[in-house]
Amino acid sequence: MSERCMTAPQVTSNPAPDLKLQMISDPVYLSGAREMDASVSRRLGFNEEACGQIALAVDEALCNVIRHGYERRRDGPIWLSVWPIPGENGQTGTAAGIRIVVEDEAKQVDPAQIKSRDLEEIRPGGLGVHIIRQVMDEVSFEKRDTIGMRLTLVKRKPKDGTQSCCGSDNCSNAGGA
Amino acid sequence: MADDSGIKVNSEVKDGAVIISPEGDVDLSRSPVLRNSLRQAQNAKPKRLIVDLGLVDYMDSSGVATLVEALQIARRNNTRMVLCAMKDRVRSIFEIARLDTVFTIAGSRDAAMTV
Repeated sequence: MSERCMTAPQVTSNPAPDLKLQMISDPVYLSGAREMDASVSRRLGFNEEACGQIALAVDEALCNVIRHGYERRRDGPIWLSVWPIPGENGQTGTAAGIRIVVEDEAKQVDPAQIKSRDLEEIRPGGLGVHIIRQVMDEVSFEKRDTIGMRLTLVKRKPKDGTQSCCGSDNCSNAGGA
Repeated sequence: MADDSGIKVNSEVKDGAVIISPEGDVDLSRSPVLRNSLRQAQNAKPKRLIVDLGLVDYMDSSGVATLVEALQIARRNNTRMVLCAMKDRVRSIFEIARLDTVFTIAGSRDAAMTV
């Protein structure tokens, strides 16, 4: 969404993404990013609950970049790349899942230090990582080569066709876009 | 810088309860507006604070954090704080965060007046 000249990162060991969004770290653009992810997920064949979960995870990931990475600076670049995970017949509409990568040029942190807070402790904040891990099948934080962080999110469709569980013991539904 | 003031938060008083009703998505760009409305309502230390979420379609962890903060203030003030009319997809984030048992949650605004 920014028109400034920034060098988009190349995600290593992956072909070019099917879809790539560049935005600045302004929270006002969160709604556009999550609606895009929910819409693409829907086209890839995820049900509404799963689309909501994917959008929620992306929203929380972007919030973390804005709040902790850029410390609420509103002009930092963020890239969102999307790949379908091919299904048995290789058609996009019957994808087996979705891979989403969030990259930034914010400060680097040791991925081992990125943890959710103890949920027994009732206080504001610190829930984003927990939510991401609950609703996605794979979550991987890493440092980019020179600057910034890379978060890889994977959500797969269950092979039996049911797509409702977020992994939480007591969750009955999903966040929406 | 983009304008992020796109949320409406209604406030009313009924039978001694303050009712706060945000409309629209509550995310990082909008939760500060809800926070300000809650803070303003809590300054008067009402006996009951109802947050009607019936018109909220989406909430992220910043919205949840705003409500946790309001709950902490309510407990200090001996205010009964009740959330009501949550849509399933909003309720789910409370469940994922295991906060659905921490908050008092009512199905409707009427139920929130008595729970």
